[in-house]
Amino acid sequence: MDAISTEAGAHHDHPTGLRRYLFSTNHKDIGTLYLILAVVGGLIGFLMSMAIRAELAHPGISVFPGISALLHGTDPTNIDAAKNLYNVFITAHGVLMIFFFVMPALMGGFANWFVPIMIGAPDMAFPRLNNISFWLLAVALVLVVLSTFAEGAPGSLGFGGGWVFYPPLSSNTGHPGPAMDYVILSLHLAGASSILGSINFITTIFNMRAPGMTLHKMPLFAWGMLVTAFLLVLTLPVLAGAITMLLTDRNFGTTFYDPAGGGDPILFQHLFWFFGHPEVYVLILPAFGIISHIVSTFSRKPVFGYLGMAYAMVSIGFLGCIVWAHHMYTVGLSLNAQRYFVFATMVIAVPTGIKIFSWIATMWGGSISFRAPMWWAIGFIFVFTLGGVTGVVLANASADRQLHETYYVVAHFHYTMSLGAVFGVFAGFYYWFPKMTGYMYNETLSKAHFLLLFVGINLVFFPQHFLGLAGMPRRYIDYPDAFALWNYWSSVGAAIAAVSVLLFFYTVAEAFMRKREAGANPWGVGATTLEWTLPSPPPFHQFETLPRITGSGHH
Amino acid sequence: MGADRKEKSHAGRGAWLLIGGSVAMLILSFASVPLYRAFCSATGFGGTTQVAKVAPAKPGERRIGVRFDANVARDLPWRFEPETPRIVVRTGETATIYYKVVNLSDQETSGVAAYNVSPDQAGAYFDKLACFCFSEQKLAPHESAEWPVVFFLDPALESDETMSRVEEITLSYSFFSSKKAKEAKPKEAASGEGAKPKT
Repeated sequence: MDAISTEAGAHHDHPTGLRRYLFSTNHKDIGTLYLILAVVGGLIGFLMSMAIRAELAHPGISVFPGISALLHGTDPTNIDAAKNLYNVFITAHGVLMIFFFVMPALMGGFANWFVPIMIGAPDMAFPRLNNISFWLLAVALVLVVLSTFAEGAPGSLGFGGGWVFYPPLSSNTGHPGPAMDYVILSLHLAGASSILGSINFITTIFNMRAPGMTLHKMPLFAWGMLVTAFLLVLTLPVLAGAITMLLTDRNFGTTFYDPAGGGDPILFQHLFWFFGHPEVYVLILPAFGIISHIVSTFSRKPVFGYLGMAYAMVSIGFLGCIVWAHHMYTVGLSLNAQRYFVFATMVIAVPTGIKIFSWIATMWGGSISFRAPMWWAIGFIFVFTLGGVTGVVLANASADRQLHETYYVVAHFHYTMSLGAVFGVFAGFYYWFPKMTGYMYNETLSKAHFLLLFVGINLVFFPQHFLGLAGMPRRYIDYPDAFALWNYWSSVGAAIAAVSVLLFFYTVAEAFMRKREAGANPWGVGATTLEWTLPSPPPFHQFETLPRITGSGHH
Repeated sequence: MGADRKEKSHAGRGAWLLIGGSVAMLILSFASVPLYRAFCSATGFGGTTQVAKVAPAKPGERRIGVRFDANVARDLPWRFEPETPRIVVRTGETATIYYKVVNLSDQETSGVAAYNVSPDQAGAYFDKLACFCFSEQKLAPHESAEWPVVFFLDPALESDETMSRVEEITLSYSFFSSKKAKEAKPKEAASGEGAKPKT
């Protein structure tokens, strides 16, 4: 028996060095590549947000003329170039953080690493497809960065029309240059990457679960990924369609979005948000799964209401697909359409409430140990609830009339995404870092990282609620003096968050330098999912004999 | 081995189904254009006016004001306005009104009109028998014209509760310079001044 399994292991190719990663078909190596890509994408996006906050710290235009001179070689006194670059930065910041930070980290990184292990599979269903998915995304990242150096609006570089790409700003009317074409191509590649990745995940989860691992015994992270993958398979093609129409409008004379030829620019908004709203759940559902595992692990209890948690994610996924027009209350929807979208949007609060309740109920009466990942998880629950509450406010078409395109919206989606999803990323990172690398990080440093980021980022975004309620519109480089106070504090928060990012890199470097052995399970009896039964780091190929799942302890 | 192969083909079928689902959604996103158009013209959604062949046999009871609105896109050198800003019609009664239009430029220009009525729910009851907006319109240099709109309000609106408080309907047109003309322009320039307009 032993001899057979060693022989089988020896048959597998185990390339080393560059070839190991370039041609990798191993889910763990590809997961690592995705995490590295996420760090690169996230870092660029983060630096852009720092530039934005530095500019907005005080009224007047002071920072971007210099950045524009540095990046694009414009005259430092050229204010229009600075304004354009600001718009390019907010656009690229959004695109990078969504498609090249949160998605590669949660979906590409953690899901590739842990979905196969959690369901007891040796690898993904289509390992070579997995490799294609990664490299498509890498090329997409290069394209989106290149677009900021291509001509966009006449006489200026980069696409500055916002991450939602509404025509006519994104059509030939607004940005006739090739910058937008680069962005479209980049999104096509990123979309293809995600669709292929999603097909891979769904097939893996449906066909490769270990004997005894029924869907209703499957860990919640795998459930989150299953719903996420379905959302992507169904909605990304719609985005692909929308931007393809934009591409042909721009280059081949079609008029999908041009009223002069019988088209309608609002069509783009409908198609975009049919993708865009499910996309925000794509970003948060994997984080939901991670938080469930962490809360359960450090409360030493199974997740409260496991089935409710799983089906809450399914219903959030379903509801997420039928509420898209709540981003478009101001386009002139009929009153009945508005009523429907208000109601459907508010219904999402129900399954989300079930999840928040169940996390708290899991902690309730548990033997809680406040290890570093638990801090992040509790931080996640706090900020996500806050972002959810402002979401219910914005769901009202009547309130949205006032708040549309203000900083209130910015605060809302950053509380769910920039704080919520990002805290999910860091929670997962600190939870699984010992498993992925075999080394334990310094937990005090991780907790300090948490405190700095938590204080910093709350200081960034909480005052933006006030700014939005006071009527400050988003997407402008400058503002009247009346908004100076809270913008200043918001920028102070950004500086604190910047320190926390430095601390993050130090924490990781310190862990690699000290090489403290983590052991198979550093978290104790609460960690019951299959990855903790393997050594840290897991072997190159795991589960050559499939594990058998009995009982119901595995979620 | 056998079991392994079976699992592989199972996975393959699942993947093809998912690819099929993705392609279906892609097709649906393009199909949304004709589907939405068909839906609007069938239901009058968003104030889409109806096209009728014959006027109704007998008029209805209500009298409703109809206001006429005219807009021209910036890149089209036309003056375009209704002859009378507002009329009052009885439901079921056929009315004819005129829009005056002048081409202010020295070139032949052509435009197409986008149009609807407000409030939205009136679209289903606003029937046009003839309209300049059904096709692309061409104007010679400095040509002026009067274009008729022949329409009636469907008496069926009297039984629609959402129409009971509507006292006035606005018919709006926005003229855009037509795409074809835009593309033809560079060609004309290339062929030189030889081809003068005949009018």
